[in-house]
Amino acid sequence: MSAEPDIDIEEELPPQELVLDGWHRARGARMVEFAGYMMPIQYEGIMAEHLWTRAHAGLFDVSHMGQLCFTGDGLDAALEAIIPASVTSLAVGRQRYSLLLDEEGGILDDLMVSRRPDDIYMVVNGATKYDDIGWLIEHLPDDVTMNLMDEHALLALQGPEAVVALSRLVPGVEGLFFMQCAGFAWQGHDLWVSRSGYTGEDGFEISLPAEAAEAFADALCAQAEVKPIGLGARDSLRLEAGLPLYGHDLSPEISVIGADLGFAILKKRRKAGGYIGHERVARELAQGAPVKRVGLSIEGKLPAREGAEIYAGGARVGTVTSGGHSPSLGVPIAMGWVAAAHAATGTALEIEVRGKRLAARVAPMPFVPHRYHRQPS
Amino acid sequence: MSRYFTEDHEWIDVEGEVATVGITNYAQEQLGDIVFVELPEEGKSFDKGDDAAVVESVKAASDVYAPVSGEVIEANAALEGEPALVNSDAEEDGWFFKLRLTDASELESLMNEAAYAKYVDGL
Repeated sequence: MSAEPDIDIEEELPPQELVLDGWHRARGARMVEFAGYMMPIQYEGIMAEHLWTRAHAGLFDVSHMGQLCFTGDGLDAALEAIIPASVTSLAVGRQRYSLLLDEEGGILDDLMVSRRPDDIYMVVNGATKYDDIGWLIEHLPDDVTMNLMDEHALLALQGPEAVVALSRLVPGVEGLFFMQCAGFAWQGHDLWVSRSGYTGEDGFEISLPAEAAEAFADALCAQAEVKPIGLGARDSLRLEAGLPLYGHDLSPEISVIGADLGFAILKKRRKAGGYIGHERVARELAQGAPVKRVGLSIEGKLPAREGAEIYAGGARVGTVTSGGHSPSLGVPIAMGWVAAAHAATGTALEIEVRGKRLAARVAPMPFVPHRYHRQPS
Repeated sequence: MSRYFTEDHEWIDVEGEVATVGITNYAQEQLGDIVFVELPEEGKSFDKGDDAAVVESVKAASDVYAPVSGEVIEANAALEGEPALVNSDAEEDGWFFKLRLTDASELESLMNEAAYAKYVDGL
């Protein structure tokens, strides 16, 4: 048998070790190379870990991601000249989803940006972090200082019971709403906690000093609600939640509007522009994007994987960019790019898998409803 | 009845000229939760090494090769409704297909149970 993992293997450099490497191995994780790190893909099994997270709380080590902090005079304006987020209007304790775009409006990365009392904090994807840093250095003025927080770990606790488990250790986190963040302390260590994540569930992301990571992970997993969860379930959870994964569903060939990420650009910035890549965003807001990211539901049980071709009759109209079995729904689901004319919800399409055509339909996303703890409006 | 193993983690039970083929317990553990098995049609002929079946786990699709040459005489219909049978009973009820052997001498190059166990230990 030959397995072909649909995870990109970072080439050239030997993989780095996470600060929790030994902790994962001691808990029976199967480690694989991902984004330049040896990462736990699963512990007891993807299906069980996925369902546990939807029902209870899963602990994910996402320390491979790039944590950056920025300070300096003129910082807000300098960041707004690069990313399409409204930084000047970002209050302390608030987080926004944003993107790094190239001059042609192609997506270089997606990210989270938040304001802390003394700096601006950003989390970027692990596989792209060094390229992102190069891009930011090139475009930031000298007055702005950027630091890669490589002495910090990043943990995500996700699931409906995450709030119960985390607030037992860190009282006060229950007061945060979705996309809010604040500083806390645990056994003398500073934590930066945001109520966010990438599973569609309520949950938290916790940035903490690397030397505290193991004890904190142990303390979390000592809670009855919490189990460690690997990358495999992280991928199936985010796919069910309709969330795009950079390097698969998003790439430099892809535009913001086509990717259905226009929500990340507030009205004022849509009009005024002033960030790298605005011309394409403005053009596609006015005229529509030629290709769109869509959800796909597939008839039968056979999953369609990344790279599968999408057809409307005899015409090739798109490509699957993420696909697999949905543990929550028990059916295959996928995400892909299709020509705008075939992107309306309900459109009947076909996906080719090993020479067979599977009947598929453009489906609304998320496939599994989000359960974020939003602030009542 | 003799049981043989391949380096691609298949087992083959041979009774007369009929070979029953499945994947090993080691293979199912490596693959994780199996959600779909694509089996060959009856009457199809394979040369040794041809793509014979596909196992879909939550994460990935994996090919299963014909460990020996032969003609498919039966596919395991139980896997259609319950692909997880491969996880729970890989080396018995989770069999994939039965072949009528066309060249029994191909069996000579395969491993026996002890040799396979040693092979897996070295991985």
